[in-house]
Amino acid sequence: MKTLLLTTVLTFAAGAALAGGHACYEGKTLTEGKLTVATGNPAYYPWVMDDNPASGMGFEAAVAYAVAEEMGIAADDVTWVRTSFDEAIQPGAKNFDVNMQQYSITAEREEMVDFSSPYYSAAMAVLAVGDATSTPAELSALKELKWGAVGSTTAVPKLIETIAPTSQPLLYGDNADVTAAMQAGQIDAALFDLPTALFLSAVMIEGSKIIGQFPAASSETPDQFGMLMEEGSALKECVDAALASLTESGKLAEIEAQWLQDTTGVPLIAE
Amino acid sequence: MKLSLRGVVKEFGSNRVCDGISLDVAEGQMVCLIGASGGGKSTLLRCINLLEPIEDGEIFLDGEDISVPGLDPAPVRRRIGMVFQSYNLFPHMTAEENAMLAPRRVRGMSSEALRPEITALFERFGLADRMGHYPDQLSGGQQQRVAIVRALAMRPEVMLFDEITSALDPQLVGEVLDVLRLLKDDGMTMVLATHEMNFAREAADKVCFLANGKIIEEGSPSQIFGAPEQPETKAFLARALK
Amino acid sequence: MSRTRRQIYEDKLRRRSLLIAGASSLAVFAAVIILVPLAPGWEKVAKSFFNWSVFQRTFPGLIEAFLQNIMIFAWSAPMIAILGLIIALMRDVRSPVLFPLRIFGAAYTDIFRGLPVILTVYLIGFGIPGLGLPRPWNSPYIWGTVALVLTYSAYVAEIFRGGIDSVHTSQRAAAQSLGLSERDTMRYVILPQAIRRVIPAQMNMLIALQKDVALLSFIGPVEIFRQAGVFKSLMANFTPYVGAAMIFLAVTIPATRYADYLMSRQAKERS
Repeated sequence: MKTLLLTTVLTFAAGAALAGGHACYEGKTLTEGKLTVATGNPAYYPWVMDDNPASGMGFEAAVAYAVAEEMGIAADDVTWVRTSFDEAIQPGAKNFDVNMQQYSITAEREEMVDFSSPYYSAAMAVLAVGDATSTPAELSALKELKWGAVGSTTAVPKLIETIAPTSQPLLYGDNADVTAAMQAGQIDAALFDLPTALFLSAVMIEGSKIIGQFPAASSETPDQFGMLMEEGSALKECVDAALASLTESGKLAEIEAQWLQDTTGVPLIAE
Repeated sequence: MKLSLRGVVKEFGSNRVCDGISLDVAEGQMVCLIGASGGGKSTLLRCINLLEPIEDGEIFLDGEDISVPGLDPAPVRRRIGMVFQSYNLFPHMTAEENAMLAPRRVRGMSSEALRPEITALFERFGLADRMGHYPDQLSGGQQQRVAIVRALAMRPEVMLFDEITSALDPQLVGEVLDVLRLLKDDGMTMVLATHEMNFAREAADKVCFLANGKIIEEGSPSQIFGAPEQPETKAFLARALK
Repeated sequence: MSRTRRQIYEDKLRRRSLLIAGASSLAVFAAVIILVPLAPGWEKVAKSFFNWSVFQRTFPGLIEAFLQNIMIFAWSAPMIAILGLIIALMRDVRSPVLFPLRIFGAAYTDIFRGLPVILTVYLIGFGIPGLGLPRPWNSPYIWGTVALVLTYSAYVAEIFRGGIDSVHTSQRAAAQSLGLSERDTMRYVILPQAIRRVIPAQMNMLIALQKDVALLSFIGPVEIFRQAGVFKSLMANFTPYVGAAMIFLAVTIPATRYADYLMSRQAKERS
């Protein structure tokens, strides 16, 4: 009964959106009337809960459904696919309309693909292990650590340009490998976006601690996550409009508050 | 006796290649082993050189039992030189290096100290101008003579020759047999497995006819070639001398 | 000097075959150059894979990273040769007292030839340092090298063993009949011949090793493959991979040609 009601409401809402002339997405998605969203394989907490994006649980899953709804696409019409980063950027036809995997928006990437306007501004955080957990949150001290990062993330330029470690950092394929290297004592610290760092510190790496963050807002080039789309995607304006109205209504901030931990209390790194 | 064999038995699986062979070789004697291929001649030589462990029997060198199981074979082999049908020179070394390797390693002498002695050997066998050559630059006869020089460089007390002319072109056989005559004149104790009947008749002190792993008949060359007693010997010689 | 009838005929044949080969290569080349760009996706592929400005920006960084590959290769290769030879000799021991050595040698080659290199790199590169070795003894450079040395020495040992087996037993008999010890027989008679015979095959192992050094990137070292991956991620462009491929080919093609030349020269010598 409840399902029926929900469906009716959603159908009505979609109909209303159509009637209101909001059907911006029409003719612009892979499958008419449906939104295909890509996530990682596997997708990680807290971005997607239990590797099950269709549940709508987790920050990126929730944002995807909110954007779809805002565009006038029913939840049932949102389908999920999985891609790697390389699949996301390879030339040729894409198998998704939008791809959400904490992709940071950069000018260089934007030459090759399109990004929506940002749905999250991520602070970069320093996760340290062992003796390094007592390192003060100052650049001069951080320089001396043995650093690691995931090679495919914007943590790499941040690390090299801002922290500029004295010994060459080690780079890895994914979060799991960075975790392994920390546990093996091969690196003292690694740079992640703050929500990921919070998750790794709480759940994955025993004895680790977040010793500081580079606040997203104060940074010259803030790390902002956008939905990745094929270059020249016609859908971009619809997605951007949806995100703008979600921001305005405070809905986006609500989702963030629900799924991403409170990040206050992590000390800021002194220049 | 310089070399004595008593009831030597050698088997390869169920195949008894030497079936209780007894043989005496006196100091300075040349003994020729004749018989059809597969009769056990080569295997017997390999047993004497301890390249093959024997199943039963004893082998004495100067009265010392060298066939005791577990005995280190290397010191014995240094006293017994052996030359093979296919020369078996080391292809990556010159003739001189072939001859010097064992004396250098075993006698612990330097190349310089050895050179006069080795050069003299090469000169003696007409190979003075071939010392710097590699085996594949030498004729079969030259290679075989280098192999003999290589064995002699260890100053062995006994020399074993395993059909050393069988792989040679007929016109090269003579130069190798001449070397054997020289060695006999030097008083070297020698055991030969050979198909050269004329050479055996002319040069041997004793001839043994082997068949099926046994010595069927032995005696002086004139006895064996002139008046063989056993029917197998007669049959073999009739074929071999045809 | 007048040419014989046969020489004149052969010259004619040679000219004609050169002409045919030249013309057909040219035709294929022209077809590729003309037809491939006509494909509908060519423009995007060209921008993603053959992007000149990306190439210019990343190539120097790739060359620099390639120095890491050369370094790792340079210290691994001699260790592989030595360990490979030792294992090969273990498998060749004849004394019954040393039978356990033979078993060990056989098990060693079976295990390390049976495992994918990347698995060995992961297990040893993260596993052994995880036991709690202090720095610098837990370095991924050390244990990654160990993994390469273990794997490659198993292959190299088998090639050496094949070389040792290919030396006829009569050589061993000749050496022993002179009173040389087992050791001297191996060292002065068997090995020099065996090693000479397997040099071309071992050259091919070196070429394979040179490529597999890139697998160390999985446990941290930023060699050329990882560096190309970092550039790819930052620019959402695959051109750095093309650059890396060019650098690899510049080294491996001459090496492969040289190995083939050695191989054919040896075949001629033996015939």
